[in-house]
Amino acid sequence: MTAAIPAQAPAGDPQSAAPTAVPLLEVSGLTKHFPIGGGLLRRKAGAVQAVDDVSFSVGAGESFGLVGESGCGKSTTGRLVARLLEPSGGTIRYDGRDITHASRRQLAPLRSQIQVVFQDPYSSLNPRHTVGTIISGPMKVNGIDPPGGHRKRVQELLEIVGLNPEHYNRFPHEFSGGQRQRIGIARALAVEPRLVVADEPVSALDVSIQAQVVNLLKELQRDLGIAFVFIAHDLAVVRHFCERVAVMYLGKVVEVADRASLYTNPHHPYTHALLSAVPGERGADGARRPRVRLTGDLPSPANPPSGCRFRTRCPKAQAVCAEQEPPLVRLGAAPAPDVACHFPAPPDPTAAAGPVAAVPAGAAAP
Amino acid sequence: MLRFLVRRLLGAALILFIVITATFFLFFAVPDDPARLSCGKTCTPDTLAAIRANLGLDQSVPAQYWDYLSGIFVGRDYGEMRCDAPCLGYSFVNSEPVLDTLLDRFPATLSLAFGASVIFLTVGIGVGVVAALNRGGWLDKTTMALSLIGASVTIQFLGVIARYVFVDELRWLPKPEYVPLLDDTPGWAGGLLLPWLTLAVVQAAVYTRLTRSSMVDSLQEDYVRTVRAKGLTPFQVTGKHAWRGAVTPVLTVYGIELGTLLGGAVVTETTFNIPGIGKLAVSSVANSDLPMIMGVVLIAAGAMVLANVVVDALYAVIDPRVRLS
Amino acid sequence: MTAVQSTKKNMADAARGNGAAADPAPAEPLLDVADLKVRFRTEDGIVKAVDGLTFRLERGRTLGIVGESGSGKSVTNLALLGLHNPARSTIEGRARFDGIDLIGAPERRLRDLRGRRLSMIFQDPLTALSPYYTIGEQIAETYRRHTKADRKAARARAVEMLDRVGIPQAARRIRDYPHQFSGGMRQRAMIAMALVCEPDLLIADEPTTALDVTVQAQILDLLGELQRDLGTAIILVTHDLGVVEDVADDVLVMYAGRAVEYGSTAEVLDTPQHPYTWGLLSSMPRLDGDVDEPLRPVPGSPPSLLNPPSGCAFHPRCGHAVELCRTERPVLARPALAPGSGDAVPWPGNGVSACHLDTATREGATA
Repeated sequence: MTAAIPAQAPAGDPQSAAPTAVPLLEVSGLTKHFPIGGGLLRRKAGAVQAVDDVSFSVGAGESFGLVGESGCGKSTTGRLVARLLEPSGGTIRYDGRDITHASRRQLAPLRSQIQVVFQDPYSSLNPRHTVGTIISGPMKVNGIDPPGGHRKRVQELLEIVGLNPEHYNRFPHEFSGGQRQRIGIARALAVEPRLVVADEPVSALDVSIQAQVVNLLKELQRDLGIAFVFIAHDLAVVRHFCERVAVMYLGKVVEVADRASLYTNPHHPYTHALLSAVPGERGADGARRPRVRLTGDLPSPANPPSGCRFRTRCPKAQAVCAEQEPPLVRLGAAPAPDVACHFPAPPDPTAAAGPVAAVPAGAAAP
Repeated sequence: MLRFLVRRLLGAALILFIVITATFFLFFAVPDDPARLSCGKTCTPDTLAAIRANLGLDQSVPAQYWDYLSGIFVGRDYGEMRCDAPCLGYSFVNSEPVLDTLLDRFPATLSLAFGASVIFLTVGIGVGVVAALNRGGWLDKTTMALSLIGASVTIQFLGVIARYVFVDELRWLPKPEYVPLLDDTPGWAGGLLLPWLTLAVVQAAVYTRLTRSSMVDSLQEDYVRTVRAKGLTPFQVTGKHAWRGAVTPVLTVYGIELGTLLGGAVVTETTFNIPGIGKLAVSSVANSDLPMIMGVVLIAAGAMVLANVVVDALYAVIDPRVRLS
Repeated sequence: MTAVQSTKKNMADAARGNGAAADPAPAEPLLDVADLKVRFRTEDGIVKAVDGLTFRLERGRTLGIVGESGSGKSVTNLALLGLHNPARSTIEGRARFDGIDLIGAPERRLRDLRGRRLSMIFQDPLTALSPYYTIGEQIAETYRRHTKADRKAARARAVEMLDRVGIPQAARRIRDYPHQFSGGMRQRAMIAMALVCEPDLLIADEPTTALDVTVQAQILDLLGELQRDLGTAIILVTHDLGVVEDVADDVLVMYAGRAVEYGSTAEVLDTPQHPYTWGLLSSMPRLDGDVDEPLRPVPGSPPSLLNPPSGCAFHPRCGHAVELCRTERPVLARPALAPGSGDAVPWPGNGVSACHLDTATREGATA
């Protein structure tokens, strides 16, 4: 399957490789504020704090998930990391180099190493270009001349993503949604990236097609050693694809943990609530997971609550939550999760009837 | 709302200033000499100099510009004569005050614009809605074919033919002329009927097509489907709900149209010899009559700006999302 | 899927005689659809969007219609309400709603039913609500259309409904426009509007697809609560089997405009009969699934409805297709026992599916 692409990174066990070496991507204190209003005759009326003090790191070949609901800042974070947006604060280090405010020229050599796959396979492909032009575009922009020529390489890439290589001369509208997303993936792979930021890559697709694309991405990640920042709202898809996951709420990361810990033993009340809201999920004993229902609406990111941003909807909130913002801290030794909560705790199995009760501990361990 | 108006008025003033300035300096870029034109065939250097001095053309261009601008706000003196603010100067050609001439000509232009608008909006929107509701049917196809013909003819051509057929030959319509509304209302309407209809045919065709396409889009909106799913009658669906989504593009186009019409329907006025702003524009440009050109440009630009403010205010009336954001 | 269903659902099944699918109920059901066909004329030819659909729904029950885009699930519901443009579509078959024939009924008759006895809510409440009128006006308008209530009474009713769907300060919020509401509140308002005349049937077309997962949970809870209070039957159209599992009594799985499987939710999810249903279930990543095991998607993509495959529409994507599948269209029926195998154990439950495979083959495939 991957014979056509020489892998850039040694395929190994990415999980063990990640924490020791210098991480491929290191984000710290990343902040993005979008000004509201402004303009020639108007005053600046404040700012939407889309991303606020977000830190995480992604190792080479690692798949890192960003989950959260709309407005949590996950897509903005992805765009900042790919430097499609200019950060308001914090630092982004790629392969040890600070690229936070790197200019176009400085970024040019890195552009081929960091690629983006977008959500909408309809609007992210130019309808007037053939598939061949679309996929070879990044190679030409980055001055890559593959042995055997662009056309041969495009055909190889089409084959890798499971499309007919004979179709390089067709236009995007001749393909279905799932096939278009494969074209978008082939375009990202064309320059042999080391990091792919995938922003909701499967959420516009039907279930059966979604599974095809998830499997494809997983094969690519494993076989080519590409690191992924995988942004999605579907918790089950993220669990399936990502080794480590960060949960975001209103511009903040509230919990970062490896897959097993996050899904079976969530420590932040928002993570509990998210998991218990997934429909059709039952614990190992067949009983419905006890539900944590969030009440009220998401506060405005232009005027977030003081202290902990989740406190207005949190069943555990105390006075201290309004006064002090909980920092993201590691609970215990290395595999323990990082949680931003004054009262972090795994869900309490004895309090099944209580308001905070969620998954019985260890109930659905994989 | 007040802030919106203040902001818009400030913007309008800025636009008018830019238009005046641009027109003024553009005029001096053209090699025609207005003094020589009004001097006639038996022109001696002395008369020419006297005319120059009289028209103020002997001064530098910036000085003339300054005199013109200040005249608008504080008035200016022409030798013995005092021209009170807002002073737009005197015609180079017949020495009439520009402001009086504009005020004299404007009612004809207004009458033409108003009457034609009533006809083409009524017909265009009405037929467009009917065509949209019968989309794909024979009625739709017929009206679209007719409107394509209507949109393709020119006013000069249509005006001349219509005048020959309906006025000279069949004598169904009175001779096109302008009679002030307050002097003789039936005469006013009668004299303008043919110009109205001619202008309306071309415009109605445009509005029919525009209304139809935006109504077709609106009828496919999700919320229109919801309204139908609520059991509302077709009349309620179209008359209460769908039109709101369809009217915005029509309004946008009409805003520009109205501005143009109030600045003088040049071709229509010339074709039917209606003494409006449009005709004035043609004659003043032909005579290099700077003050008059400035006056016409000012009134045209003012009409355009005003029409746009009105349209923007109407957007807010129609769409609460504009009003509340 | 897990074998154990919630006790509440099992009790409800027992009380109602378990499953409306196979055996005809003695009394006439609220909705009885038989051999429904919806076709659209397009420039490229005739699209068979729905091709012979049969199902029924009892009062107060919830039917989940599951399928991917283009399977005909939304088309079916718009056809029941008579909302397709008659100039470009033909609808055949039978749909009896409480003794009234919906197909072929005069438009005026249907208009009186819509919003009063049959209501619908849509996927995206932002586009499905008019941006030009207040929430209150849009709810009151429906009420006034179907009752003799005056403006004031209709307004009071709008406040009452908004309050009932859990919008705080309803009396004040009815003056707001849809864009001033959050996504979840808009869908609540949409539900209030649909239920203002207390209809017998609510058709919910992907009501939570545009919403976040925590809001989705709130909305599904609300629908269940209102259903208990008002006794409304619900058709829930969705592509999410998890949603179906949580709220539906019965499930109809659609593929290429046809029903491929129909039965109680427990039957369809725990002992699915049709290869397409198997594919849907194995495509879905689950929170308790094995992450090292790749998902098993349905290969290929859905067929064109302009020119659907011969025989079983699913056969080009089916790993178990035999010659019969290519030539003969299967009907919804109990799975046939394997001939001569001595296998006398029928497929569990009362569910039906449109598939030629016999029980032994199916058991072999699902084992």
